Amino acid sequence: MNNKLKSRRPLREKHYWEEWTGRIYTSICVVFLIVVMFSIVYFVASKGLSTFFQDGVSLSEFLSGKTWNPAGEPAAYGALPFITGSFITTFLAALIASPLSLCAALFMTEIVPGKGKKILQPAIELLSGIPSVVYGFIGLSVIVPLLRSIFGGAGVGIAAGCLVLSVMILPTVTSIMADALSALPKGLRESSYALGATRWQTIYRVIIPTVLPALLTGIVLGMARAFGEALAVQMVIGNAPHVPTSLLESASTLTSVITLSMGNTTMGSVHNNALWSMALVLLVMTFVFVILVRLLERRNRV
Amino acid sequence: MKAKTVDKIATSVIVVLALFIVVLLLGLLGFILIRGIGQINWHFLTSAPQLLKGGGGIGPQLFNSIFLLVLTLIITIPLGWGGGIYMAEYAKPGRITSFIRLVVEVLSSFPSIVIGLFGLLLIVNTFGLGFSLLSGAMALAIFNLPLMVRTTEQAFRAVPKEQKEAGLALGLSKWKIITSILLPVALPSLITGTILASGRIFGEAAALMFTAGMSSPPLDFTDWNPTSPRSPINPLRPAETLAVHIWKVNSEGIGPDSKEIAAGASAVLVLLVLAFNLSARWIGRVVYRRMTASK
Repeated sequence: MNNKLKSRRPLREKHYWEEWTGRIYTSICVVFLIVVMFSIVYFVASKGLSTFFQDGVSLSEFLSGKTWNPAGEPAAYGALPFITGSFITTFLAALIASPLSLCAALFMTEIVPGKGKKILQPAIELLSGIPSVVYGFIGLSVIVPLLRSIFGGAGVGIAAGCLVLSVMILPTVTSIMADALSALPKGLRESSYALGATRWQTIYRVIIPTVLPALLTGIVLGMARAFGEALAVQMVIGNAPHVPTSLLESASTLTSVITLSMGNTTMGSVHNNALWSMALVLLVMTFVFVILVRLLERRNRV
Repeated sequence: MKAKTVDKIATSVIVVLALFIVVLLLGLLGFILIRGIGQINWHFLTSAPQLLKGGGGIGPQLFNSIFLLVLTLIITIPLGWGGGIYMAEYAKPGRITSFIRLVVEVLSSFPSIVIGLFGLLLIVNTFGLGFSLLSGAMALAIFNLPLMVRTTEQAFRAVPKEQKEAGLALGLSKWKIITSILLPVALPSLITGTILASGRIFGEAAALMFTAGMSSPPLDFTDWNPTSPRSPINPLRPAETLAVHIWKVNSEGIGPDSKEIAAGASAVLVLLVLAFNLSARWIGRVVYRRMTASK
């Protein structure tokens, strides 16, 4: 009896230890996240910047040079074809996906709330669950032959790339838009209807202006996803290192050229470092997208 | 034009486009399954791929995908759940917390190819793990962690406040409250979130090309010694996953039946992801019923 009492630690001490294990353990997890983020930025930046500081490629040549010929004599490291390819496909994909997503979100929240959500929500979730390589495979076996038979030529190119991307970002954009629309206070709609406005007038004049920043947030996040998407685009875009002049011409994006060339170059060579600089461009664009989203969210709150 | 006519036109446009998305999905799924399901048989699922001849399978790739998923979850669950618990229970509103939020947001928006490259630089080369399952699992963990932290935080925040207050009233320590009161209540949504994240891990390829590698050594499924290079459970061997295999077959497949292989493998991948989605809901419900008294 006496022995048992002695071996029991005082409750206060036990609490103390429990409190600290929890605090320390969860803090370590969070610190780990922070360390990972900073090391990603540090390592990619140090590799990507060495193209300019060590190898003497000028920043203006990299950003505005139109010829990419790392094996040539003299070698040329102009990444403009890839940068334009990335931006064009991203913008076109957003241009196709945004109206579709807006309609889907309106359908779920305004036209047939309840039932519409039951039909569309699972469809959207399934679309977002399909892996990107499968989208690439579908693009390669459906969209590319389709474009080839309609417009002639090879079929691969910017058009195929942005069609595939637009389906891929559809779920992201739709779900954010639908969330924003359903978070809207009910009184807003009711007062508009009370004034005798039709549903479309309410949507067009009241609802959309009110949630515009949130709708734009959805589009920006979709674009962020499209900009970083690698494999699906690489499969259908054709991967020619030229500044594209037509939608049906074979082109490249930053991600597609990294995917294709990274494995074939030796670490530390100028060619390899130039690929890292492209990864750095991707990284910088990620930050741009995050800042845009933050700015839009701030406008949303006011 | 009358306002009513405009309203009707706009409504029908919205309905048509929304239904177009449903048709698109059905078309995509139908295409994948119709093209691929005929390819799937026991031989296809278990045998090794053939480089130049036809008739290869996806056995090692399928095994690699599942093994990689398990390894990734072993890394992500403790870290992700811990981080989420911190955000939900310990973080006080302020500069530091909003900074952590920013970190999570940035981390989740990094393109997967950038994370793959980071893995190549740090894990594969600097840590010297080489192209291996372990490197791949670590890269996927980075890819997956922010998502996990977010779902965990939401799950813990959704627990009714009274539960926590009851614990406090009993004089329990905070950690005790978290582990023995909040965790069981949050568990169903934690599990659902984790399985949904697993579906994403399963289909991820870009981050794996540079970390887990794009080839698989010939595996000997009778060798269960984890240090032997041909053993399937050796975490330090290179491993090509199903998603990477689909990419490789599509972009550089030279076998006569590479189209069919890609179709079959895509169908397997999509079916597995679908299975993840459905089981997430089902398991979440079952666990919820077990953990609470509700029917």
